Amino acid sequence: MATKPRVKVPQQVKKGEVFEVKTLISHKMETGLRKDKKTGALIPRKIINKLIVKYDGREVFKADFHPAISANPYMSFFTKATKSADMEFTWVDDDGTEYKHTAKINVN
Amino acid sequence: MSKQGSTQTFTRRQVLIAASGLALAGFVSRVRPAIADAASTQEAIKKVIGGKDPKPGRIKLKLPEIAENGNTVPVSFSVDSPMTKKDYVKAVHLFAEANPRPNVGSFYFSPTSGKATASTRMRLLKTQNIVALAEMNDGSVYMTKTKVKVTIGGCGG
Amino acid sequence: MRYKSLTITSIFVLMAGVAGTAFTGENWGKYAAGEKRSGYTFMTPETRAMQDDDFANPAFLWVEQGQELWSKVEGEAGKSCASCHGDADKSMKGVGATYPVYAKELGKLINVEQRINQCRTERMKAKPWKYESSQLLGMTAYVKNQSRGMPVNPKIDGAAASFFERGKAFYNQRRGQLDMACMNCHVQHPGKMIRANRLSQGQPNAFPLYRLKWQKLGSLHRRFRGCNKQVRAEPYPFGSDEYVNLELYVMWRARGLPVEAPGVRM
Ligand code: HEC
Ligand code: HEC
Repeated sequence: MATKPRVKVPQQVKKGEVFEVKTLISHKMETGLRKDKKTGALIPRKIINKLIVKYDGREVFKADFHPAISANPYMSFFTKATKSADMEFTWVDDDGTEYKHTAKINVN
Repeated sequence: MSKQGSTQTFTRRQVLIAASGLALAGFVSRVRPAIADAASTQEAIKKVIGGKDPKPGRIKLKLPEIAENGNTVPVSFSVDSPMTKKDYVKAVHLFAEANPRPNVGSFYFSPTSGKATASTRMRLLKTQNIVALAEMNDGSVYMTKTKVKVTIGGCGG
Repeated sequence: MRYKSLTITSIFVLMAGVAGTAFTGENWGKYAAGEKRSGYTFMTPETRAMQDDDFANPAFLWVEQGQELWSKVEGEAGKSCASCHGDADKSMKGVGATYPVYAKELGKLINVEQRINQCRTERMKAKPWKYESSQLLGMTAYVKNQSRGMPVNPKIDGAAASFFERGKAFYNQRRGQLDMACMNCHVQHPGKMIRANRLSQGQPNAFPLYRLKWQKLGSLHRRFRGCNKQVRAEPYPFGSDEYVNLELYVMWRARGLPVEAPGVRM
């Protein structure tokens, strides 16, 4: 993949605060419904089908994506600050590849 | 209407080419699978929530009034819930009634989510209803439907 | 055979609703300069919101790639862009507002993409990036982004003058099976719907930009090619002299509008 995933979390959060997490990853999200203009052959489906988010080792958010999710999938959601820990993001490709990113959550 | 324009003439052929070309550019190579409809959406919904009967309400669905390109239509939702261990939203499922396949995505929450609110972007083939379903921890299901006008269709999905 | 009744206006439809208000009446602040309006002002609120937030704007996936490449050593000279240019936010400021410029060593105009590749081949002894590759788009967006908000103000006198005149002639030249010039759409009919597309003034100040239709970042020359194809004219190659001259003319048309690179469009 040409570009890296992007994740935005607040620099600092208070314990118990509910904060927003924004994510963006570059991916064509090939639907499996398009034909190659030259050969006429069906272009096989290849999408990111899952995003899993763990915070301090526990799953706090999950999304299942279908081909109707736009290219370069954007996803934002909320979660509650418990303690300073890593937030780990895993995007799962149809071909099994996992794209990963880690963000630090600083709780005071 | 136009100042200089009205004195210019076009052959019928030119206009037809312009019309078809501009309207269809980019879509000629798309396969035309059977488009989903309300019935097949019902089926897809059934697969996800079983035989349950969704009640109306509790979900706020935010969509553009007009999507100028169906490739990238922003969508946000928010479910009215205290998000406590006793009472929370387990999942929200989105469906597009007139896409080649109605499923768009499923989003899973827990009491630690704080709120069942999320945003993403989706592809819409044409003007249609978006259906959102919220599954609560007590097994109840809520449903909301909103129409989006699409100027130029996306690849669907 | 010609049908008198089929005037050019038959493919332009006066727009209604949201689109109509986008063109008239509103105060567009920095996105307007006199009669000039950025393509931004012709977009729906949702598309504008996507450009307004650098995180929501998918183009920044490429800008970040450009930023990383800036300090990456490549080529036989063992240098990165940063080795010679230091911090891009200082050294690249203004580039996006003034290019294309006359390049003495070449005897013609050169745009930002070509300047970047000139540095790669001649100064870094590295391979040039292909036009429309994610590297060249990313670096161009990163370089131009350093001028964001600055008014477009290219130089058209001196050695650039004759190239500017060629760009202007291209802009007003009818071409293709539809026999239409750039000006027939972007000067005479901005604000109208041409089938499902809402016509803008065709301003270049947000390129490279993320188009919802392309589902990725694209260059100004990709847009030129698209507009040529729309009238069933043969497009010119990316980076051709014709398009670089045209680029100077459309940048001059946009003077006063802010550099928006990277924008978001339908
Ligand atoms: C060995 C030193 C060197 C390296 C490495 C180098 N450049 Fe340059 N670059 C120059 C010099 C010298 C100029 C001035 C050329 C001129 O004005 O004629 C220049 C000019 C430019 C300009 C035009 C600036 C202006 O104000 O007109 C851009 C844009 C640019 N470089 C981008 C890059 C990028 C991007 C890279 C990395 C891919 C890079 N350069 C690598 C030396 C370098
Ligand atoms: C048949 C009408 C037509 C002609 C002729 C035409 N264009 Fe366009 N152009 C469009 C449409 C439609 C768009 C997309 C909507 C918009 O921004 O106007 C567009 C967009 C653009 C844009 C992007 C504007 C932005 O803000 O993203 C530029 C730049 C542009 N055209 C330049 C040109 C140039 C240069 C020519 C001549 C080579 C040309 N166009 C000829 C219809 C046309």
